[in-house]
Amino acid sequence: MRVALFLTCVNDTLYPDTGRAVVRLLTRLGVEVDFPMGQTCCGQAHYNTGYRHEAEPLARRFAEVFGGYDAVVTPSASCGAMVRELYPRMGERARAEGRGDSLARTVAPVVAKTYELTEFLVDVVGVTDVGAWYPHRVTYHPTCHGLRALGLGDRPRRLLEAVRGLELVELPGAEECCGFGGTFAVKNAAVSAAMGADKVRNAGSTGAEVLCAGDNSCLMHIGGTLSRLGADMRPVHIAEILASTEEEPAL
Amino acid sequence: MSGTFVGMPAFPEAARDAVGNPTLRGNLRHATHTIRAKRDRAVAELADWAQLREAGRRIKDHTLRHLDRYLEQLEASVTAAGGTVHWAADAEEANRIVTRLVKETGESEVVKVKSMATQEIGLNEALEAAGVRAYETDLAELIVQLGHDRPSHILVPAIHRNRGEIRDIFTREMGSWGRPAPEGLTDRPADLAEAARVHLREKFLRAKVGVSGANFMVAETGTLVVVESEGNGRMCLTLPETLISVVGIEKIVPTWRDLEVFLQTLPRSSTAERMNPYTSTWTGTTDEDGPRAFHLVLLDNGRTDTLADQVGRQALRCIRCSACLNVCPVYERAGGHAYGSVYPGPIGAILTPQLRGTASEIDASLPYASSLCGACYEACPVAIDIPEVLVHLRERVVQGGPAVRRGNKVVLRPAKGHAAERAAMRAAGWAFAHPGALRTGQRLASRSRRLHPRTLPGPGRAWTGSRDLPAVPAEPFRDWWQRTRGGKDAK
Ligand code: SF4
Repeated sequence: MRVALFLTCVNDTLYPDTGRAVVRLLTRLGVEVDFPMGQTCCGQAHYNTGYRHEAEPLARRFAEVFGGYDAVVTPSASCGAMVRELYPRMGERARAEGRGDSLARTVAPVVAKTYELTEFLVDVVGVTDVGAWYPHRVTYHPTCHGLRALGLGDRPRRLLEAVRGLELVELPGAEECCGFGGTFAVKNAAVSAAMGADKVRNAGSTGAEVLCAGDNSCLMHIGGTLSRLGADMRPVHIAEILASTEEEPAL
Repeated sequence: MSGTFVGMPAFPEAARDAVGNPTLRGNLRHATHTIRAKRDRAVAELADWAQLREAGRRIKDHTLRHLDRYLEQLEASVTAAGGTVHWAADAEEANRIVTRLVKETGESEVVKVKSMATQEIGLNEALEAAGVRAYETDLAELIVQLGHDRPSHILVPAIHRNRGEIRDIFTREMGSWGRPAPEGLTDRPADLAEAARVHLREKFLRAKVGVSGANFMVAETGTLVVVESEGNGRMCLTLPETLISVVGIEKIVPTWRDLEVFLQTLPRSSTAERMNPYTSTWTGTTDEDGPRAFHLVLLDNGRTDTLADQVGRQALRCIRCSACLNVCPVYERAGGHAYGSVYPGPIGAILTPQLRGTASEIDASLPYASSLCGACYEACPVAIDIPEVLVHLRERVVQGGPAVRRGNKVVLRPAKGHAAERAAMRAAGWAFAHPGALRTGQRLASRSRRLHPRTLPGPGRAWTGSRDLPAVPAEPFRDWWQRTRGGKDAK
């Protein structure tokens, strides 16, 4: 199986550790993963801010860059949801606008084979115990797109529960949005900050050292809030926890 | 829509004030979290909830697709049952019709059943200007009216008030509207309800004209339906001699059978009850029973224009249950007033910019009043994909495009103030189409990373006002990948 890593532009630029963790993890599980250099951005920020037309060339590029692989794995539920849920919708809209089938047909093949990381692990590779070791107290925040758009369900939880040494503690109000929301974070900064502060307060009440999630955009917001409030908790992407072993422990 | 909200600041400013008000935050948090948990339980009880939701969506879509036919059928059945149907293209026309009808009775006061449509058109203010006093009889609407306040929730318009505040409002204001509050009124719910009961009873027994909306109108029989908890609505629907109902044209269902679906989903979604205490239905007039004259004012006020929009029209499925408000993390913190309309929360954010357009600052800001978390869509009993419509309306705000206004096709111009963003989005689009350029940018960011401040001036402050910036790594992933051949070489 030819598997491509779609890292996302945010992770590529700001969170290369997450990318390295995915590569290590998948390699350890016997999945050979490629990083096509032509990849850039899925167009989510464009689309969600009202620039659907500007997102279309990015969707076409995505389809072209990843078209030749059997599976595309991404450590971002929101970018995964962009491809799976919104690319088809963009195709439909283009059709409704009398611009024909071309976009819909171009994106269709990649839509079906794009997986968020935890989905790929549980559904495609078929593992929940990935052989990880992470001796920390962790609380998990299910991000909105993972929870409601992709329907990841208990997959992340099952993966985390199988990590040796890891103590998973329940996050109160877990299903509530952290307040990131892309450009929402700056367009409605006050509400976004209030939501972030509540999320951090809930996380703090668990006594966890680590707040884990499957999307670095949300973690950037939560982590930025943690650091500003001087909280004693680290934001860590789930890939880094699952990649961690006794030989090569993650922080 | 009502003139009461004109001159509202854009959503972000109004929301900022609300976020800074601890009493309001506390009231809203308590109220929304309580109802959220109850609704979850009420919905989980039904094994066929998903099917009911889907059935509700289909019934509404079908009706909207054939709205012209069902409206004519409704008009014929209401008329045959002894009612009179009036058509109102907009708020002004509806207010004119209702005012004339009230004046023709010779009365100078009306009692009102809680109704969103009459709030939407600002009926109370219009009647007031014509010398007619409208008394709200729903307990929460009464609190809002006595408090010279605005509603902040569809179902619980006084959700922003706590018991102490309500006691103070009753004590201070009831006397100037009618029977005063009893001496030494406490803030116990039973005492507050009793004070309202006694105050309102006087009005019910005196009123000759009732004004209502309706939750549903059944086309086949011309029957109107009001669903409520208190029974005050039923008083207004049965005691007066004349009943005037103002109802949005999208409230039609084809048959009685269709009610079976909504009478299950509405109470569970709104008050988390299996069944609401009072469901009143009436069909035209009946001799010796209830009002002798019945007028139905069918209100368009932007609905036909909304129906013309392929993506936006799903907002017309709304049954005003307010589940989307109760689960919304933005509503919970911003409060209802920030939305600048009688329709707050997620449904308001998609309905108001369609009914009123996106020309004003507040209306253009509403599609952004969401983090797109999707909790509203999940909760909505008629499956309105609110995030989808929000994004669609953002597109309308920043790009303009075709729309229908007052029945005419128009091409909307982009709203002001988005030029810089548009340029940035285009530039980003260009960079993402040219990975080389993207890489240059990434490297530049990495090389200069020690110079990056943790807080930003100007517009960047919107981020760094409450959050630190992430540190930029020494090299982007793609450089590491190439340097180490995908990690095969040394780190
Ligand atoms: S949009 Fe849906 S959830 Fe919100 S009030 Fe309307 S019917 Fe209820």
